[in-house]
This record gives sequence, structure tokens and C-alpha cells, in this order.
Amino acid sequence: MIETAIFLLFALLAVASALVVVLHRNPVYSTLSLVVTLISLAVLFVLLGAPFIAALQILIYTGAIVVLFLFVVMLLNIGREEISQQRGLVQKALAGIGALIFLGIVASSLWGLYGTTQVGPLTEDFVSLQALATLLFGEYLLTFELVGLLLLVAVIAATVLAGRLSKASQVSVPEEGLPGPAGGPGPTYTEHPDQVTPPEGVR
Amino acid sequence: MEMVPVSWYLLLAALLFAIGTAGALTRRNGITIFLSIELMLNSVNLTLVAYSRMLNDQTGQVLVFFVLAVAAAEAAVGLALFIAIYRHRRTIDLNRMNLLRW
Repeated sequence: MIETAIFLLFALLAVASALVVVLHRNPVYSTLSLVVTLISLAVLFVLLGAPFIAALQILIYTGAIVVLFLFVVMLLNIGREEISQQRGLVQKALAGIGALIFLGIVASSLWGLYGTTQVGPLTEDFVSLQALATLLFGEYLLTFELVGLLLLVAVIAATVLAGRLSKASQVSVPEEGLPGPAGGPGPTYTEHPDQVTPPEGVR
Repeated sequence: MEMVPVSWYLLLAALLFAIGTAGALTRRNGITIFLSIELMLNSVNLTLVAYSRMLNDQTGQVLVFFVLAVAAAEAAVGLALFIAIYRHRRTIDLNRMNLLRW
């Protein structure tokens, strides 16, 4: 009974904050709202008998990834998204319909599952961290190592991409905006031609 | 003590995934699109954990572990890309990134 109440509370919280993430115009609010979603999901992970995953969720997601997002949002000083002038409504309607169709497919496939998904009480074996570690460092050891390699590559890529431009590559930055596509409705991103070259202080 | 059926968790995950999909398709701010993708990744995590509970098998949790690591790598590279783009263009409005658009 109390489990159902906790589930409903945090499920509602997760959906509401997910809607805020998607709908809010200010990226700072979106990012902070994602924290609420992630923590609600961490609570649900605990309900599902995965306390280690819940801890990882809070440590890695809300602790590292979201803080990274927030850092970039503040660093780039991204303001509110301006109201779109054209094509916005069609795109939004199509995206909404697509998402609804997807939801319908998943929900209808779950409907057949209904009634067969009652689970028994949690067992000591299932919650045990030792069993998880045995699985992770036994059967999935190679995958674990490959993930470590992936993280190393990602760190190198991020450093190269976000690092300061060298003198040689700074010369190749065009002074003016590049010409728009041929036959297109004029130059499309030359609103700030004077700002194309980054100022010296920006990293 | 009655348990919450696993299908409720799966339905919640589907709902979150749909919200994330709609956000990734409609928003023009690069950061918000990234946040929507994180939302989708998380709903998949919820699905994996729910199935792991249902099948009484911890492999799903191991998969969540890997998804977390890949999400971290993706966020690092993606945000670095955004910083690089912002340096050149002073905006991360993706509607203005139309150099390669057909």
C-alpha cells in the first residue's frame, strides 16, 4: 500500500518535471528540472530493488552530468529561446503525433503483458551488491574494460573539441559568415557577422 | 504486502521516453535537445531495471551501469561540441546550423 503511494507520488513528480524539462524556455530551469526527474527515478530504482543503481544515478547523473550541463549553460550564457517565427507549429504537431504514436505502440504492447507482471517480494540475493559485482567483473569484464576505453576516448575528444584553438586553425576561421545555400532565402546565419571571430578571452 | 506491478514502471518509462522524443524533435536550443536525450536514456534505464526486477536477473542492472557510462561520454563530447560551435557562431540555436542541411 505504502509502496503504491510512493510509486504514484514519484511517478507523478517524474512526469511533471520531465514536462518542465521539455517545455520550459529557459535552459537553466530545464536543467534543474531534470535533476528532479533523475532523483524521482532514483527513488523508483530503490523501489525496484536496485539501490546501487539508484546511488549511481544520483552520483553520476545529478552529480556529474547535470552539473556539466549547468556549467555549459552558464558558461555560454544561453538565454531564453525566442519564439520561432515559421514552421514551428507544423513541426511541433508532427513531433507530438509521432511521440503519441510511439507511446500508443508501447502501451498496447504492455497491455498484453498486464496481469503477468506481478512480482514476488524482494530477495536478499537480488538486492545483493556482491552478486552484481560478480556479474560485472566476471561475465561482463570485457565490456567493462571497453567502457573504460570509451570514456578515455571521450575525454580526449572533449579536450580536443573544447580546447583553445591553435593559431593555425584560428586563421582558417572565416571573417564573414559563410554564404548561404545556393538558391536559399538569402544568407541564413549572418545576423552577427562582426561576431564570427571569437574574442580572445573566450575559451 | 502487495507490490506495484512492473507494467506500471514500464508505462511510466514509455511516457518519459515519449516526452523526451517530443522534446528532442521540437526544441531548437541545443542544450534542451540534449536534456531530452538524457531523459530518453533514463527512461530506458527505468525499463531495464524494471525488467531486471521482473525476471529476477541482475543483468539488467549491469546494462544500466553501461548506459550510465555511455551517457557520461556522450554528454562530455556533446557539450564540448556545443562549446566549439558557440565559439564560431555565437549561438547554439540548431535552426541556424544549416550548412549541411538539404
